[in-house]
Amino acid sequence: MTLTQNRINDLFAQKSERLLNVYFTAGFPQLADTRTVLLGLQQAGVDLVEIGMPYSDPVADGETIQQSNGVALDNGMSIRQLFNQLDGCRTDAENPITVPILLMGYINPVLQFGVEAFCQKCQEVGVDGVILPDLPFDLYVDEYKAIFDRYGLLNIFLITPQTSDERIRFIDEVSEGFIYMVSSASITGSVSGISDVMKAYFERIQSMNLRNPRLIGFGINNTETFDAASANANGAIVGSAFIRHLQEQGTSADSIQRFVNGIRA
Amino acid sequence: MQTTFEPQTSFEVSNKGFYGHFGGAFIPEMLYPNVEELRQNYLAIIAEPSFQAEFQNLLTDYVGRPTPLFLAKRLSEQVGATIYLKREDLCHTGAHKINNTIGQILVAQRLGKKRIVAETGAGQHGVATATVCALMGLECIIYMGAIDIERQKPNVDRMRMLGAEVRPARSGSQTLKDATNEAMRHWINNPVDTHYIIGSVVGPHPYPDMVARFQAVISLESRKQLLEKEGRENPDYVVACVGGGSNAAGAFYHYLNEPTVRLIAAEAAGHGVESGHSAATTALGKPGVLHGSRTILMQTEDGQVTEPYSISAGLDYPGIGPLHAHLFDSGRGEFYSITDDDALKAGFNLSKLEGIIPALETAHALAALNYMSLTKSDIVVVCLSGRGDKDLSTYTKHL
Repeated sequence: MTLTQNRINDLFAQKSERLLNVYFTAGFPQLADTRTVLLGLQQAGVDLVEIGMPYSDPVADGETIQQSNGVALDNGMSIRQLFNQLDGCRTDAENPITVPILLMGYINPVLQFGVEAFCQKCQEVGVDGVILPDLPFDLYVDEYKAIFDRYGLLNIFLITPQTSDERIRFIDEVSEGFIYMVSSASITGSVSGISDVMKAYFERIQSMNLRNPRLIGFGINNTETFDAASANANGAIVGSAFIRHLQEQGTSADSIQRFVNGIRA
Repeated sequence: MQTTFEPQTSFEVSNKGFYGHFGGAFIPEMLYPNVEELRQNYLAIIAEPSFQAEFQNLLTDYVGRPTPLFLAKRLSEQVGATIYLKREDLCHTGAHKINNTIGQILVAQRLGKKRIVAETGAGQHGVATATVCALMGLECIIYMGAIDIERQKPNVDRMRMLGAEVRPARSGSQTLKDATNEAMRHWINNPVDTHYIIGSVVGPHPYPDMVARFQAVISLESRKQLLEKEGRENPDYVVACVGGGSNAAGAFYHYLNEPTVRLIAAEAAGHGVESGHSAATTALGKPGVLHGSRTILMQTEDGQVTEPYSISAGLDYPGIGPLHAHLFDSGRGEFYSITDDDALKAGFNLSKLEGIIPALETAHALAALNYMSLTKSDIVVVCLSGRGDKDLSTYTKHL
């Protein structure tokens, strides 16, 4: 199977270890901060950026990310607004964004925007992939995959310690980019550290020799957890810890660099 | 909304969990194993003779079923039709909610679950859940919006007295929608030993179907009772209020494929459909996804879920069950928007005419009678879903 020409696939073709993917909520802490934070993360050397599309009812997320969603919505954030903010980011004369961009969010706002219109805009502004946790995998395959494919947009799927081997194989076969390994049965920001149970799960997945690279998310918040995740996958995803950092330390390039240094030493 | 699902001829849920365009299981992967375990087992469990025996026995001896089908003579005279009231208000704990919690706790036990989590708005479902947990000796955690905890204190006290832990949902608007989010999060964090008892015909498949099956006892009884009283099983109308829609699903269930029976759903219009303070989902909503199913949903243009309003906490929900979305979409169900004022009047009216104080939710169904252009020969079954004790403080403000 040939892989879609896409910045995410290009990245994993070049680099397979200690990749760092950082999540932040669009329009947080201030509406106009999206591009600032995006550029700050690129300059700090992160490998992928995951931009959250805020939603009123983010059930897979914990308190920290939900609160940031609420703030962003109060700031007037929307998918339309986000596309406006991202428009031209790839061709910016001074600071072009080259890092792969993923949009993370929930299915309802995307349905209201229109799935095809959404995919088209993603392609236009240079978004490479999406994570929509409440879009069922089989429904995606049946109804939407052809549309995503038409616009070269990857859809990244989650697996958890409870996901069966059979289902993991199916997800691995149908999706590309990477597989998002949820470290434990949990919502975002609710666990910290890597337990023995998690290690056993990481080893089980490792031994499956999946075709897709894997990034581990949920509970990654310092060098220790980042290193442990990187030892068991191609890298890790950090979300809630970065949202807290933005809230406490601000969005300056220095602040963001400090955060990234504190995760991947 | 685009869809490629096959149109259905009946109102039963499809294999993939859809009623027409509505339903499904829009859940994060973290919930997939829990929901899948339930989906694979619920029909077989419900069909087990030992389950049926225990369920029927508890409905009879613990809940107090069958509930009467009462001919409301003075109301009939006033409305100008024959009105029967299906007395779910006489169930143990004061509403139909316990039909479902009895069924689900028996399922949870057979799945080997040790702990129950549930959401509640006004507290009726929370009380019904805490009740069955006490009965079965299972740990019980109830999420309730922090604002609802303050305004529904008697029910909070009842839940605590029954041994449940009531946890405030402090996210978002701190009401039913957020309590549901928190209960789902709790389930995500405790996937193996916990069962989530959803209180209405909402949520991911198989919940809407499972809850409808447990509530179906309402129409199973009413058909039989009407046959005894009127010599016919089918009334001309069945009327019920719809928030999420569990009492309506139960009251409609055995009439869904009886086209001569008109199914009337009363939604809460709050201060008025266009007032900005309403919960009239079919009047104001569009297709969308909430709490795991595709349904009709009150939302902004950007797809953010809108905060509903109704004087009745049980109808204060921005969506409806996918079965009801399908009844609306297909024209099988007729939906009326009933304001706070209409509901209050209907509640006072029934109290004085028949000596029955209805729940404010139920009062919406009663108010719909005034808009239905009934004729003398019509036979109407109204689902009297709950009693009004819990609403006394609201009623007395309007005496």
